[in-house]
Amino acid sequence: MGKLSWGARSYICTVVIVTVVIVARGPFGGIAWADVAVLGAVVAIFESTATVLRTKELTWSPGSAAALAAAVLIGPIGAALVGACTLLTVRRGPSAVQRVFNTAMYTLSAYLAGRIFLALGGHVGAPRSGSFPGVIGAFSAAAAVYVIANYALVGGVLRLTSSPRSAEGPAPIALNLRLILSDLGFAAYGLLIAALWGELKFFTPVLVLIPLLVARWAVAQFAAQQRAYEATVSALCQAVETKDLYTRGHSERVSRGSVMIAREIGMHTERVEAIRYAGMLHDVGKLGVPTKVLQKTGKLTEEEYAAIQLHPLRGMDIVREIGFLDEALAGIMHHHERIDGRGYPMGLAGDEIPEFARVLAVADAFDSMTSTRSYRGARPVHQAIEELRKWAGTQFDPAFVDAFVAAIKRDGWQQPEVPILPPDEPVEVAAQDHDDPTTPLRVIDTI
Amino acid sequence: MSQHRHELRRFPWQVGDSGQLLLAAAAGVLLVASVAQTAGTGLRDSKVAIAFGIVIALGELLRLSLPGDRESAPIATAGALAYALLIRVGSHTAMHSAQQVVTVTAIGMIIGAMPHLAVGRPAKVGAMASRLLAVATVAFLFRPLAKNAYVANNWEISLLLMASLVILALLVEVVLSALLRADEQRAMFWVVLVDELRVQAPLGAAVGASALLMAFAAQVMGLYALAVFTAPLLVTQVAFRRYSGIRSTYLQTVRALAKVTEIGGYVETGHSERVSRLSVAIGRELGMHEPQLLELEYAALMHDIGQLSLSDPIPGGATVLVSREDQQRIAELGGGVIQQAKVLGSVAEIVRRQTEPYRDVDFVPDAMIADRGAPGPPLSSRIIRAANAFDDLVGGSLEPARAAEAVQRLQLGTASEYDPRVVDALSRVVHRRSLIQL
Repeated sequence: MGKLSWGARSYICTVVIVTVVIVARGPFGGIAWADVAVLGAVVAIFESTATVLRTKELTWSPGSAAALAAAVLIGPIGAALVGACTLLTVRRGPSAVQRVFNTAMYTLSAYLAGRIFLALGGHVGAPRSGSFPGVIGAFSAAAAVYVIANYALVGGVLRLTSSPRSAEGPAPIALNLRLILSDLGFAAYGLLIAALWGELKFFTPVLVLIPLLVARWAVAQFAAQQRAYEATVSALCQAVETKDLYTRGHSERVSRGSVMIAREIGMHTERVEAIRYAGMLHDVGKLGVPTKVLQKTGKLTEEEYAAIQLHPLRGMDIVREIGFLDEALAGIMHHHERIDGRGYPMGLAGDEIPEFARVLAVADAFDSMTSTRSYRGARPVHQAIEELRKWAGTQFDPAFVDAFVAAIKRDGWQQPEVPILPPDEPVEVAAQDHDDPTTPLRVIDTI
Repeated sequence: MSQHRHELRRFPWQVGDSGQLLLAAAAGVLLVASVAQTAGTGLRDSKVAIAFGIVIALGELLRLSLPGDRESAPIATAGALAYALLIRVGSHTAMHSAQQVVTVTAIGMIIGAMPHLAVGRPAKVGAMASRLLAVATVAFLFRPLAKNAYVANNWEISLLLMASLVILALLVEVVLSALLRADEQRAMFWVVLVDELRVQAPLGAAVGASALLMAFAAQVMGLYALAVFTAPLLVTQVAFRRYSGIRSTYLQTVRALAKVTEIGGYVETGHSERVSRLSVAIGRELGMHEPQLLELEYAALMHDIGQLSLSDPIPGGATVLVSREDQQRIAELGGGVIQQAKVLGSVAEIVRRQTEPYRDVDFVPDAMIADRGAPGPPLSSRIIRAANAFDDLVGGSLEPARAAEAVQRLQLGTASEYDPRVVDALSRVVHRRSLIQL
C-alpha cells in the first residue's frame, strides 16, 4: 500500500474506532463461547487461505458463512466476535494496517448482519423445524447487508488508496457483480451451519468447509490459469513481433490503449477482457505477409499492397478457433476499416464497422504515431492527439477518439523507448508502417 | 516385448465401444427393473420425490465439462445422493425404496438432458450411466438401513455410514469412467484411473459433502433445504465452469498461435497439429499422465516457434533437412520465446532440448549437461523429436507403405538419434492408425 494519504488514514481509523466502540458496549451475557471459538476458527482458516484475485491488493475468501451462522446462533455481538477472529489470520502478505482494517471490516459487517436478522424477526439460537421458511427471509436480508457492508467498506478504502495514475490498474473491482453474487451464494451456507448446529454440533463446520474450500480452490485455479494464459498470449505475440525491431511491444500497447478506451466508455468487464486480447492479437496476420514486402523501402506494387491488405483476414484465420467472443474476432478482422468506408478489407463504413474494430483502430494508429520508426522519429503525444482529432469522422469514430483523449489526459500514456540498434549487425526493419494514418502506404499508380 | 506388457494391462472387456454399451445396458436393465417395481408399489412421498427430481433435472441441465473432455453434473449427483441418504424430512420419516431413488434420478436426468439434446449436444451415455450406477449403489446399500431405528436416531452412526457410502459412490463413478476412458483412448487403466482421481477429487469432495449436508439439513429445514442449497452449489459450479473454460481457451489459443508458423510459410500446413497429435498418442502409449501429456501437447504444438526468428523460411519447413547447429539454434530460440511466458517452464525446456539425440555419441551439448547433470533430454523432447522426424518424412500422406518406410528409417536411427522405446511406441501408434484407415 505504501504511504497512506491522510484521507485514507482517517477513514481507516474511523472504521476501527466505530467497530471497537460497538463491540465493547456488549452485552456479553449469554454468549456461548465454545461456539464463538469454533466458528472463529473457521473464519481464521478461510482468511489464512484467501485467494489472491487478479489485482494484488484484493483477496477473496468465502468466510462469510461462519460469521453469518454466528449472527443466527449467537446474536450480533457473537457474530462480531467471530468476525474479529480475522485478526488471527496466519497468511503472509497483508501489512499490519491492512490486517487491522480487514478485521474491523468483517467485525462491523457481521454485527450489522446480526442486527438486521433480529430486526426482521429472527430469533437467536439454532433454528428448529418450525422456524422455516420464515427464517429464510430474515437470513437473506442479513446476508445481503453483510455482503454490501463488506464491499462498501472495501470500496471506500480502495478509492482512497488507489494511485491516480493506474492505466493498467484494477477495474472497479469493488463493485464486481460476479463477486457480490458469489458471496451471496456462499452466504447460504451460514444458514445451513446454523440449522445443523443442533443436529451435528461441531461437525457442521467441517462438512461445510469442504465445499467452500473446493470452491475457493476452483477460483484460485481460475485466477492462476488466467494469469498463465495472459503471459502465454503476450509471449507468443512478442514472437510474432520479432520480425521487426521497431514494432516490438506494439501489440501490448494497442491492447492497453484499447482497454483504456473501453473502460472510458463504460464497457462491461467481460468485453473489456475480450478487447484486451483482441488488441494483443490484432496483427498476428502480419506473419502471412512476406518479410520482403514489409521491409520494402520503395513504392509497393498492387500485389504487394494487396498482400498487406490481407493481413486482418489472415489474423482472423489464425484466431478463429479460439473460443473468444465473436466480437473480438470481428475486431481483429475489421481494425483497418475507416468510418468513411475507404478502409480494408471490406470497405465497411460508419456503424457497419464493429465497435471493437473502431476502438482498435484508434489505439493502433495512436501507437504507431507515437513510436519510433526506422525512417522517422516518434511523434509527441499531443501531436498524435491532434492527428487523431483531425482524422476523427473520416478515419476514426469521433466518440472513441474523444474517449481515448480523455483517458490519456487523466492517466497519461507511456511512450515506447527508442529502440537501440545492435551495432554491427544487420537488423530487419520495416520501411513503411501500414498503421500510420499520416503517411499512407505508397503504392505505384497503375493508371 | 513391451507390446506384450501393455496388452496384458488391458482388460478383456476393453475392446472397441463395448465398454460404453455394456455400461449403458447395465444401467438400462437396472432402470427398467426399478421403474417396474416403483410402478407396482406406487410413488411414496411424492412431494419429496418431485422436489428431488427437480433438483436432479436442474443439475443435469447445468452439467459442466471438466478439463480433459470430461462431463460432470455436480448438482444432480449431490441431489441424487442426498435423496438416497434421506432419513427424515422434517419430522416425517422417509419411506421411499432404492428402486424409487433410481427411478426418480433417471427421470430427472433424462428431463435435464432433453434441452441439451434439442440443441444438438447429446449427453455422453456412458457418463450418465456411470452416474446412475453410482447413485444406485448407495441407494441399494442405504435404503434398507434408513428404516433402522438405531441408525436413524444416532447421528454419529448415520454420519459415518453416509460418509463412507458417499465415498464409495464417488469411487464407483471414478472407476467406471476410468474404464470408459481407457477404452476410448487406448490408454492403460491404472494411468487413467490416477488421472481421473486427480481431476475428479476436488469436485467429488464438494459433491459428497453437499449430499451429506443436504440429507441432514432436510431433517431440520424440510424441503427448504434443497432451495437453500442450490445457491452455493450454483456458485461453486460457476467457479468450475470458468476454470475449465479458461483451460480450454488456453489450449485453443496455443493451438491457434502455433499455426502462425504455417501461415508465415515456415512449416507445412498442418505440421504442428499432426506432430502434437502423434506425440500425445505416443506419450499415452508410454503411460504418461495427463498433466505431462498436456505439457507435451503444448510443446509439440510450439516446437517450431523458434523459426519465427528466421527471416527466410526454410523451404518446406523440414527441420530434419537442415544442419544440426541450425536445428539447435531454432530450438533454443523457440525455448526462449516460451520461456518469456514464465508459466510454461518445463514446456520451454522440452522445446529447447528437442534436437538433442537420445544417446550422446559425438554431439555434446556441453553447457546443458554441466548445468543439469542429466544424461539425456527429457522423455517429452525425445517424443517430439521422433514425431517431428516422422512427420517430416511422411507429411500429411496417409499411405501405409510410406509410413512403414518412415518408421523403418527411424528404427535405423535408434542407436543414438531416437529413443528406441519412443520409436517402438510410435510404430504401434502408426500401425494402429493404418488399420483404422484400411
